[in-house]
Parts: sequence; structure tokens; C-alpha cells
Amino acid sequence: MNRMSAIVEREMRKFFRSPTLMIMSLMMPILQLIIMGNAFGGKIVGARVAVVDNDHGPEAVKIREGFDAIAVNIKTFTTVNYTDEMQAREDVRTGKVDGAVVIPAQYSRRVYSHDAPRIGFVVDNSDQFTSGSLEGEMQALVSALSAPVIQPRVAAGIALEIVELYPYVGYMKFLLPACIALAMYISVMIGGGMLYIDDKARGVHEGYLVTPITKLELVMGLNLAGAIKAVLSGISLTVIGSLMAGLGIIFHPEALLELLALILVTSIAFNGMMFLLMVRVDDPLVPRAMFGVLNLLLFYPSGAMYPISAFPAWLRALSVVDPFTYAIHGFKAIILKDGGFVAIQYDLLFLFVFGMGTLLIATPLFKRTL
Amino acid sequence: MSAASTFGSRPSGPEAISVEHIVKRYGSFEAVKDVSFSVAEGEIFGLLGPNGAGKSTLIRMMTTLIPLTGGRAVVAGHDVAKEPDAVRRVIGVIPQALTSDPDLTVEENLSIYAKLYSVPKAERKKNIAEVLEAVDLTKWRGAQTKTLSGGMRRRLEIARGLVHNPHIFFLDEPTTGLDPVSRIAVWEMLDNLRRTRHLTMLLTTHYMEEADKLCDRIAIVDHGTLVALGTPIELKHSVPGANVVEVHFDRETAEWQARLEKLEGVTSVQAESAGFYRVLTSSGSKTTMQLVELASSLGETITSLSVQNTSLDDVFVHYTGRQLRDEQVKPPAFTLPPRPGAQP
Repeated sequence: MNRMSAIVEREMRKFFRSPTLMIMSLMMPILQLIIMGNAFGGKIVGARVAVVDNDHGPEAVKIREGFDAIAVNIKTFTTVNYTDEMQAREDVRTGKVDGAVVIPAQYSRRVYSHDAPRIGFVVDNSDQFTSGSLEGEMQALVSALSAPVIQPRVAAGIALEIVELYPYVGYMKFLLPACIALAMYISVMIGGGMLYIDDKARGVHEGYLVTPITKLELVMGLNLAGAIKAVLSGISLTVIGSLMAGLGIIFHPEALLELLALILVTSIAFNGMMFLLMVRVDDPLVPRAMFGVLNLLLFYPSGAMYPISAFPAWLRALSVVDPFTYAIHGFKAIILKDGGFVAIQYDLLFLFVFGMGTLLIATPLFKRTL
Repeated sequence: MSAASTFGSRPSGPEAISVEHIVKRYGSFEAVKDVSFSVAEGEIFGLLGPNGAGKSTLIRMMTTLIPLTGGRAVVAGHDVAKEPDAVRRVIGVIPQALTSDPDLTVEENLSIYAKLYSVPKAERKKNIAEVLEAVDLTKWRGAQTKTLSGGMRRRLEIARGLVHNPHIFFLDEPTTGLDPVSRIAVWEMLDNLRRTRHLTMLLTTHYMEEADKLCDRIAIVDHGTLVALGTPIELKHSVPGANVVEVHFDRETAEWQARLEKLEGVTSVQAESAGFYRVLTSSGSKTTMQLVELASSLGETITSLSVQNTSLDDVFVHYTGRQLRDEQVKPPAFTLPPRPGAQP
């Protein structure tokens, strides 16, 4: 026990003496939270839409009034008048405008005669986010124009009433669970993987191996130190990220306890996985080369950015064995939904079993000799 | 001694280390070939040989770092293969590389190793203070290791190996990379430690002077084989010729080698460079006189002449057929690749 604690002490002293490791393991997830949270979370503002009015009738004027209302209020787009439909299409193609509305000749007459009036909307669908937003706004406008002037005495349509369980979840809040898991992964990768192999290459392990320390003490000491570093990273990002995203969850003692439990088992799982991968590696280049590949293999199939249900079967199979999946699911359940221990019990169980399982496999593979 | 060894001496007193027919193979490559020797308690024993001779492999087998392929090694009465933990408790090891943590202070490095050896808390402080005193690093105890010079870091490594009061001390090339002043300081320190702590030491080195000055007995290792073993004096006496005469003629002629070999008392002649010869002789003074007379009779000029006692260099040449210093300084052979299309 004393010998194991000596390994932990050495690792932790080293960790606190070189804050670069701590800073670097937090830097990328925080930047991701700031940049992606702001870049992806916003709404389209100030897009330019060409309007080709071939009708000039009263119903066309109503459409233009609708556009003016959008330009002044929600500001999704402003309009630019065109007389030539071909020119408007060409300008959408070349990016001078983001879309073009074509009001055909005889539009007003067809509205009055109930003769299936249509408005054309040309969009640049190579940018799905912008075109989706413009389509949404345009659809809402068309629905408003289609609404009957005199309401019928009995509503003919079926209305869907949406009840949102949770307060509005901004993109930064949505990203936070993934960023906490990412910070812990980076901490394990640098503090557990890279430093472990670097120490091996520098001969530090040779120094350990000539002492009476047992294989189990050495493995447990190295893993405990790695897990502590990951826990510290996880806690740091939970606090910093929650404050940045405007989440008050960290001030609720029960939720904090749940978060701590999840951070703890996540660190055990990540560390066990890393130790298993590195247990027979001697070349310091290997963990560096593996860093990006592992990140891609583990982070994206976990449902961190896109729902797992949208994945093809093979990718879904990968997400089932990916510890990131359970960590992120658990963090979302607490941070975004305040779901309590019931919501994370399977995540806790999987991560704990995964961590212990990988350690059980890695320990006999660890060589007590050079 | 192994069958391949031709010379040696038994240690006096009880044995601290006993190695019998030890073998290490990596696939088909035999790094250590049937080596046997023993080290007496309190003795400083040196393994001398060029890089790649198998010295570090030998020391790693004795310190439980790599398993033996064959043979038996007993350290402080414990079989290395059967009781590795018991061996680890009584030995201190200084590896070739500087492995103390640069981010930790001198004292922290020592404290962590004391804990790894399960030194009780009460003894830990006392031991650390003593070893720091022994290696003259007391005033640097709070300094971060990365701020120390190379010599000081080597002294810290030595202190680290002593913090649990081992009986036997293994040092793998303890002065490699040190400047001459630091090297001499380390020699003095090791000699002092042996006397004050009654340590048995086994060290590897490729420095002749280090082996000569520090070791009670030396084993010369080459290509994984122990080729000679004895005290420095025994080894030197085992080489025919008591003196080495180094002579430099101003002009090289084809006959010099044969003429020198014919001189009275000369046992061997080695051509070093154009006109420069090392002559092993049983009487340095007689050979010098004859050389001067020979040069005078032939009308040749001697540009330099020196007489020395036989050195370990001569011993190494005698047993291995080449010079150890050549192994250290000879650059790797490099040939330009052939031009595309060139005829072989």
C-alpha cells in the first residue's frame, strides 16, 4: 500500500509541477465549447433574398409586407428587388444572394380564384443550415398567408400542442457533456498514455522494477494516479463549462454528487482502456499517433454530436461498446435533464464494469521485467 | 570462471554474488554466453568491455530486470530467478540513464524511493539525511532535480540507490557522460561509500582508468563472453612483457616491425600508425637502449620515445585482439550508395 502510494505521490507531484498538462487537457474542450457553442448555436441573421415580382398585384404586396416584417423583426433576411428571374437564379448560384423568391404573373388572380396559387423559392441547398432556416421562415410566411380571413366556427385541423420538459437548451449547454468527457479523455491520453510511455522510454520504470514493488501495486499506483488526474480535469471542466454555459446545476448538492460519481467511474473506464492499449507499448510515438484516431473512433460514435439512432447498424454497434457513449449519456442526463441517479444507473454500471474489466485484462499483460 | 575464460582469481572471503554459467539469448542471438564469476563481500568488482559486449545485460539479469535464459545467479544468498523480491530488497541499482525525476526536488526523489523500498517513516528522514551527506548534496536537498548539473544528478542517482541501506550496489556505467573532474569525484565517493558502508559493488564500465583505479577485481567481457578475470595487477602480469615502449620514428619503413620483434625481451610489437609502434617487453630499459642503438646504426631518427608499465589497455588488446578505445571512438562505417545504373 505504501509502495502504491509512492507511485501515486510521484505522479501527482509531477502533475502539479508541470501545469501545462492540466492546461492542455482543459484547453481543447473549453475552446470547443466556446467556438462550437457559439458557431453552431446561433440563428441566421441578415441573409439576402432576391424578390422577383412578376405579378405586382395586391396579394404580391401582402407577400412583400411579410418580408418587410421579417427584415425588421426576426431579421433572418432582407430582400433585394430583381426584375429578371434568370439573373436572380444566377446570383443565387454565384452566392450574391442566399435565395430568390419568384412571384409569378397572375399570382393575385389565382389567389382570388382559388386556382392553386404558387410562389417559387430558389435556394442554395449546398448550405443546408442557411437554406433550412430560410425555408422555415418562408414556410411560416406561406402558412400565415394561407390562413382563412374568417375563422370557421369548428376547427377542421388537428392541432399539436408541444410541451417542452426542460428549459431552452442552447448549443453550448448541449455541448457541455461531450466537452467534459473529452477533457477527461485528453487528460487520460496525455497524463496516462503519453507520460507513461515517455517514463518507460526514459528508464523511470526500470528504476521502479528494481525495487520490491509488486506488479499489482505498480499497476494500481499508475492507474490510480491517472484516474485522479482525469477526475480533476472532469471536475474543472464541469465547473468552468457550467459557468460559461449559464447552468446552475453545480450549485445543487444532489446533482453535484451524481456528477462526481459519474466523473469517477468515467475516469476509471477511460484509464483502464488507456492502460490496456498502452501496456505493451514502448515507442513514445505510438500514443501520439493514436491520439487522433482514438478520438475519432470514440467521440463521434458516442452520440456526442448526432443522435445514435441516426447511425447505420455498424456504427451503432461501435457506440454500444464505446465508454464515451455512457459517459456522455450520463452527463446529459444530469446536466441537461437533472434526471437523478435513476437516469444514470446503467451508465455508472457499464463504466465501472468496463474500467475493471480492462484493468483485469491489462494487469497480467503488464511485464514486471524489461 | 566459464570454460571460455582462461585466467582469473577466486575472491577472498564470503561470496556476495555468485554467477554460474549464465546465458541470455534473444532469439538466435546470444548476448551473454556461459559466464561465471563470483564477487566477495565488500569487494568492488568491475565488468569491463566495449559497448555491446553484454555488460548491461549481465547486470540486468543480476538485478532481476531481465530473466535468465540459462545458468544460475545468486545475490546475497538469494536465487535471482526463484527469489527476485528477496534480491530486490538487498540491492541498490544505479541505471545507465539518469532517471531521477527532473520536476521533483532532490529530497522528494529520495523520499519516493525510500517509500518504494518500504523504509519505515522514522528511518526515512535519517537515511535521506545520511545519503545526502554521503554524496555531498545536503545543501541541494530542496532544489528541483532539473536545476542540477550532470555530475550532481549522477550523485543523486547514487544517493537514490543507497536510501534503503542496501548490501550490494550495482552501478551500470556510473560515470558515462561526466567530465573528468566529476568522474574523479564519483570515484572518490564510491570508494568512500565502500569503506564507510561496507558495500559490495558491481559496476560496469568501458573506461580503463575507472576499472583500474576503482575495482578490486575486473572481469573483461567481450561479445558476451568473459575473457579474463583478476585483480588489475594480476591481469597486467598475465600479459607477456612488463613494460610498454612507445617509439615514433621520423620515417616509416617496411622493416621496422621485423627489426623490433627481434630485439631482446620483446614479446609483441603493435603498429599504431606510420612509424609509430607499441612494443611490449620484459625490460623497458634494455629495449630502450637497443632501440636507440638500432636507430643510430641505421641512420634513422627517433622523434619520440616513452616507457610505461603495462596498462589495462594492453591487457584488453592481449585478450581480445583489439583496442577498447577503438571501439569507443571509431565512427560507424559509411559508404556512399552506388549511383543508379553504376556497374558493381
